[in-house]
Amino acid sequence: MELPDFSIALPEIFLACAAMALLMVGAFRGNNSTSLVSWLSVLSLIIAAFLTQYEFRETFVTFSGLYKDDAFGVFMKILCLGASALAIIMSLDFNKRENLARFEFPILVVLATLGMMVMISANDLMSLYLGIELMSLSLYVTAAFRRDSVRSTEAGLKYFVLGALSSGLLLYGVSLIYGFTGTTNFDVLAQVFTTGEEEVGLGLIIGLVFLIAGLAFKVSAVPFHMWAPDVYEGVPTPVTAFFAAAPKVAAIALFVRTFMEPFGTLVDQWQQIIVFISIASMILGAFAAINQKNIKRLMAYSSIGHIGYALVGLAAGTEEGVRGVLIYMAIYVVMNIGTFACILAMRQRDGAVEDISELAGLSKSRPWMAFLLLVFMFSLAGIPPLAGFFGKFYIFVAAINAGLIPLAVIGLVTSVVGAFYYLRIVKIMYFDDEAEGFEPVNRTLSIIMTVSGIFVAFFVVFPSPLLDSAQAAAAALFS
Amino acid sequence: MEIGLAHYLTVSAILLTLGIFGIFLNRKNVIVILMSVELMLLAVNINLVAFSSFLGDLVGQVFALFILTVAAGEAAIGLAILVVYFRNRGTIAVEDIHHMKG
Repeated sequence: MELPDFSIALPEIFLACAAMALLMVGAFRGNNSTSLVSWLSVLSLIIAAFLTQYEFRETFVTFSGLYKDDAFGVFMKILCLGASALAIIMSLDFNKRENLARFEFPILVVLATLGMMVMISANDLMSLYLGIELMSLSLYVTAAFRRDSVRSTEAGLKYFVLGALSSGLLLYGVSLIYGFTGTTNFDVLAQVFTTGEEEVGLGLIIGLVFLIAGLAFKVSAVPFHMWAPDVYEGVPTPVTAFFAAAPKVAAIALFVRTFMEPFGTLVDQWQQIIVFISIASMILGAFAAINQKNIKRLMAYSSIGHIGYALVGLAAGTEEGVRGVLIYMAIYVVMNIGTFACILAMRQRDGAVEDISELAGLSKSRPWMAFLLLVFMFSLAGIPPLAGFFGKFYIFVAAINAGLIPLAVIGLVTSVVGAFYYLRIVKIMYFDDEAEGFEPVNRTLSIIMTVSGIFVAFFVVFPSPLLDSAQAAAAALFS
Repeated sequence: MEIGLAHYLTVSAILLTLGIFGIFLNRKNVIVILMSVELMLLAVNINLVAFSSFLGDLVGQVFALFILTVAAGEAAIGLAILVVYFRNRGTIAVEDIHHMKG
């Protein structure tokens, strides 16, 4: 029997081994080793990011067609790895101050990231499912990470129940797709649909709808978003920062790959559903966030809206649309990391605070942080010349070129409505009377927010590295 | 009467529906939700094995084995989270899980 080509999955294999080794370090040295384990986890994520780029392979599909590596995967994986590494770094100070410094957290993040990489590289419905589950199971545990808090455990419980439901729906869809096509492999599925020997039957369509429902749940798109606000609010803030970035990227990557590769020729069947999901998410994201008082809950609705915009690019179903999604997700991750670095810095003498009203008068007490948060809020709202504007721009151009003009118009309108609550935060920071004020910002956090701020503000000057790699990644899906 | 693929699919669809309704209509106990989740996964397994046998293709049965394995892990994590929640609140009634609105 011939062994499969392991070298293609080298980053994943490395990460799995690293997680086990770190678990051993943690188990033998106890919670004193939290910062050691955290930094080693960050190092492993960085090494894995380098390994994804290391080109020494001949084939790109391995494990009997279960696993695929391409430029699209590399782009998304690096994004996920970077976001996870930053989430670990941001968690260090917060967890120490809140008595949460346990070595399991970085290891769970590494395992979740491993799941994301399997999702991104999935070339079969089986590896898709296993990747999703590896990610989700780690995320359920991180959600309930603060064991002595009602809110955190309740968030974990809600996330678990709804996540398990969505896995069930997704699997039912997968079983129907398998039954009506006779295969779970993406390449074979694509062939079945392009040759078009069989009519696309009702059973297959139902399976596809279930699959979309399961995936929409993982990206928290309307109407499967109900877990997101509660979970974002309840879990410790570093965990929210992690949830808002890397898992979304991975789920969107999976969404894009599944609907561009195997089901690419069925675009007429799934386009309406994606259009509906995307419109609903954009509208809910814009309106539901207006009344929020908790900034983490607000960010949950904001991320629902942003997923709606990213899905506009998928609905276009073209290479340009996919390129737009990739650019959008990259910019979204940076904006979110920056914003959450600011949220993590919201700390008064007697602990962390989450109310938007506590930001009042921040421009006087911490002008630099207030300015950076202003940059992120403007960028999230999509105001030029910040990076967020270009994310939306490429998406909408792709939608218009694909003939989805109503979708682009709704997107523009909702982004204007959405600008209201981002600008409200700016107004509170700059024009309201000073609240209690925050403790000095920790150095790592201020480095992270400054660097993200520089990226967001100067993306307009140097857009080409991101645009070129997104172009190459999108082209890989269509070759 | 010959038992064909359609019968298996019907049973599995009924089980899936029962599972989904079990999650949404149940107001009493989170354990029942965990059982409903298992019911959904079993529905999927029946589907996969029935298709696999009908198509003469082994992939479905391999998939079913993977699902069984993951379901075990999922149940373990679910129960662990439930225990932690019970320690904090002293109850696992579904209607009491409303600390955060929504």
